[in-house]
Amino acid sequence: MKFQKLSLILLCTLGILSSTTLEAKIIHKERSLYRNIAVTEDNRQRCLLFTIKRKAKSRQSCFDLDNPKLLVFRYAQVSMTSFALQANPKDILVVGLGGGTLPMTYNNLLPDANITAIEIDESVSKVAREYFGFKTSDKIKLVEKDARVYIKRAQRKEQKFDLIVLDAFNGDYIPEHLMTKEFLEEVQSLLTDDGVLVSNTFSSSKLYDHESATYQAVFGEFYNLKVPRGNRVIIAAKRELPTFDQLIENTMQLKLPLEDFGVSLLENLTLMKEKPDWNQKARVMTDQFAPANLLQGK
Amino acid sequence: MRKTLLFTLAFIAGFSIMAIELLAGRILAPYFGGSVYVWGSIITIFMLALSIGYLLGGRWSLNEPNLKKFGSLFIIATCLMLPIAWMDEPVLNWLSDLIEDPRYGSLTASLVLFSLPTVFLGMISPYAIRLLIEDKEASGQTAGRLYFVSTFGSAIGTLMTSFYLVLWLGIRQIIVLICTLLLFGGLTALVYGLKKGE
Repeated sequence: MKFQKLSLILLCTLGILSSTTLEAKIIHKERSLYRNIAVTEDNRQRCLLFTIKRKAKSRQSCFDLDNPKLLVFRYAQVSMTSFALQANPKDILVVGLGGGTLPMTYNNLLPDANITAIEIDESVSKVAREYFGFKTSDKIKLVEKDARVYIKRAQRKEQKFDLIVLDAFNGDYIPEHLMTKEFLEEVQSLLTDDGVLVSNTFSSSKLYDHESATYQAVFGEFYNLKVPRGNRVIIAAKRELPTFDQLIENTMQLKLPLEDFGVSLLENLTLMKEKPDWNQKARVMTDQFAPANLLQGK
Repeated sequence: MRKTLLFTLAFIAGFSIMAIELLAGRILAPYFGGSVYVWGSIITIFMLALSIGYLLGGRWSLNEPNLKKFGSLFIIATCLMLPIAWMDEPVLNWLSDLIEDPRYGSLTASLVLFSLPTVFLGMISPYAIRLLIEDKEASGQTAGRLYFVSTFGSAIGTLMTSFYLVLWLGIRQIIVLICTLLLFGGLTALVYGLKKGE
């Protein structure tokens, strides 16, 4: 009798334990040169995780199995705001692949655009292909290289892009050489005259001030879109930025089926911060001075 | 006094080696990226340069060793290290153009920029041991103490540079700081040697 009770309790605890672990089932795990990668599935959502510490897992990219087009992350939806400035980019560069969501979305929206994605970690691109439906084609090219090396080369070859998306910061470790004034100047030189830059960046810590100051030093004014409880998306252009009214007008005229991806540009525009809200005296980050990881902890 | 001076100088040399090695990663990153092979290149070249330095330093200590020669090693290392602060841009632009593969690019760049000063910094330890050893019996202990001081200096150099110096100063300024330290050490040894006729 006693034994039965005990086993019952044991079974119950096991049940509770397994149900909590079932919440996000890990379907794939791998260790790359740069990080630990995990793919989880939960609620018909498949996510790419970079695990640095056991507890602090950062979700990099998520994919809705029932609605593969849906951009699950708010920041990814907000990144699409660039279409209000540049409605028809022909050459697109995406730095940082993650699950491949952004390149696939651009390809879906603009089947004629030439898309180049850069990813340093071969394991990440492998996982993107196997679990997130990322595919290369004659329109989607994948380059497995350090972004700075690629961009320096592209600059010498005088390559140009209408849209450049920087999405290489995963929150745990920042590649410091991709966050300096010199790097942004190289990126700027790759933009066509109508070119637009979208950058998914940090919204808190001292780094926010320094990063904002760095973007300001290179691009002058930029749009600052702050995702509630999330990242901050910077949108900058080579030309002078359009006024807010112009952006709304452009958005109304846009023919792209963005709703299919869960994106509402008008809603995104409400996230825009009008005035610079960072410390104007923050030091600009350069190749000489780039303690981004140390600043993030402050 | 003489002993303290030699140990302090060995500490400075150890400090400088690791401080500059750490900066090397930063200097190469904009051109070759921050991948594991860039660190591989840097560490390979530093180890290679140090090993050659040990060999040459030991050999040179057979040749009427004195404090003046010892001090001159620091001054030569300074003269070879200081140009890195300004040479890096043109050299790295040229090399990253010349060599497509970032592995061999970063290896060649480390060789060109950092090998020469590191060879001279490597010569310091065996030379210092020669100047410190008084009798055969205690030679192991003397060598052990010197390794302790210079490697401890390396640990402090690594910590200071990665935790604090990069937060306070630019790379160029840190190189100038290290060079000032080395030059000061070298001149002190030189003056002390001249005074004591050694």
